[in-house]
Amino acid sequence: MKRFLASTLVLAAILTLGGCGYNTLQQTDESIKASWAEVVNQYQRRADLIPNLVATVKGFAAQEQAVLLGVTNARAKVGSIQATPELVNDPQAFQRFAAAQGELTSALSRLMVVVERYPDLKSDANFRDLQAQLEGTENRIAVARKRYIGAVQEYNVTVRSFPSNLTAMLFGFSQKPQFTVENEKEIARPPKVDFGK
Amino acid sequence: MRRLFPALAVLLLWSLAAAEVAIPPLKARVTDLTGTLSAAQQQALEHTLAEFEARKGSQIALLMLPSTQPETVEQYAVRVEEAWKLGRKGVDDGVLLLVAKDDRKLRIEVGYGLEGVLPDATAKRIIEEDITPRFKQGDYYGGVRAGTDRIMKVIEGEPLPSPRARSSAQPLLDFTGSIVIGLVAVSIAQAILHALFGRFLGSGLTGAAAGLLVWLVVGWVVAAAAVGLVVFLLSLFVPPASVMRGGGGRSGSSGGGWSSSGGGGGFSGGGGSSGGGGASGSW
Repeated sequence: MKRFLASTLVLAAILTLGGCGYNTLQQTDESIKASWAEVVNQYQRRADLIPNLVATVKGFAAQEQAVLLGVTNARAKVGSIQATPELVNDPQAFQRFAAAQGELTSALSRLMVVVERYPDLKSDANFRDLQAQLEGTENRIAVARKRYIGAVQEYNVTVRSFPSNLTAMLFGFSQKPQFTVENEKEIARPPKVDFGK
Repeated sequence: MRRLFPALAVLLLWSLAAAEVAIPPLKARVTDLTGTLSAAQQQALEHTLAEFEARKGSQIALLMLPSTQPETVEQYAVRVEEAWKLGRKGVDDGVLLLVAKDDRKLRIEVGYGLEGVLPDATAKRIIEEDITPRFKQGDYYGGVRAGTDRIMKVIEGEPLPSPRARSSAQPLLDFTGSIVIGLVAVSIAQAILHALFGRFLGSGLTGAAAGLLVWLVVGWVVAAAAVGLVVFLLSLFVPPASVMRGGGGRSGSSGGGWSSSGGGGGFSGGGGSSGGGGASGSW
């Protein structure tokens, strides 16, 4: 009788293992990796646009030294942070990365405000193409960030809720850093590039 | 616990969606919720876009709506693309032209597969050179027409997988078609097996064969078992001739439905995706 009870318990344990959340943890962890790669990819794309952009603006508005320097410095700072996939496992490095990208975003938006004063520059075909590319890239960054946030949310919910939190503890899955609301305001605001009027 | 997550997610999404503009269902390539385009204009544009898809494979769709507030036109366009899935799966060659008339904003959202041929700068030029000048004069049809024409011209130059690749992969998965074929096959098998093995054993074998076939094609054991059981019962209690007749009747009526849905242009996305590529503009 005892033996029967024990084997029933073992069987029940095996059957409920599917509900322990291990597979969900693995799946969501992978989707975080994929969406983080996309975020980094799009930030990189933006950084690659900047030398061209700065050079073009310089050709028309060389006297805006301070703003141009701000963009160049912010880009250099972004470039100095290694954006590895492991970044998502280190909340502090993640914050540094997010902060550096946020700085670049605000430097770029200052540049775009300054540009308003130079009609020749604004009508330059090369500049307009670059501007469209920058706009598109900022939008891609926003989309990639949104998808990353969604993936992290799903993962963190699994890590924190019962009973999958026990599994997460057992296998060492910890919560992943999220783009915080504070940063959100800084980073998510795309540079103002409205030249409609 | 597991069942709780989707429920919570749905609740969350629902509460978010309540504040946002709902995404209209995708029924045709041209969706005008503002009543700006006449029926004839919509049909003409629909026809052009359908023809282009048949020739080139890319799906282009137009959505005109009053406003996307409180979201920006970019955010809304991404949500529409996620819901509609324009473009073929894996090729991701869909383009969405979104016009928010009262916001005076528009966007060309480009699928991943077309970001090379239709980069942001090109999309921006199409908006500024072809579309907005006409919108400013109130010529909405002329604007969307010129815009889609130029988008098609740009995509024309890109070597994409031929549209046939999709139609040749599709027939196996066509739901109505496979049911009709399945019914005919079952009735034939039932007639033969009944004659050879008698009613009970014959039905059992028919059910087993049907289940095995479903398992091989679909790969789901549960589905295979269910189909096998249904076919067994059907074959046991319905005499051979009437299954045959039922199958014949079904195929006749569904054949009619088929052609009408083909002519009416029941349109759905092909499973493509996009990640915020394209350009926006205002007028």
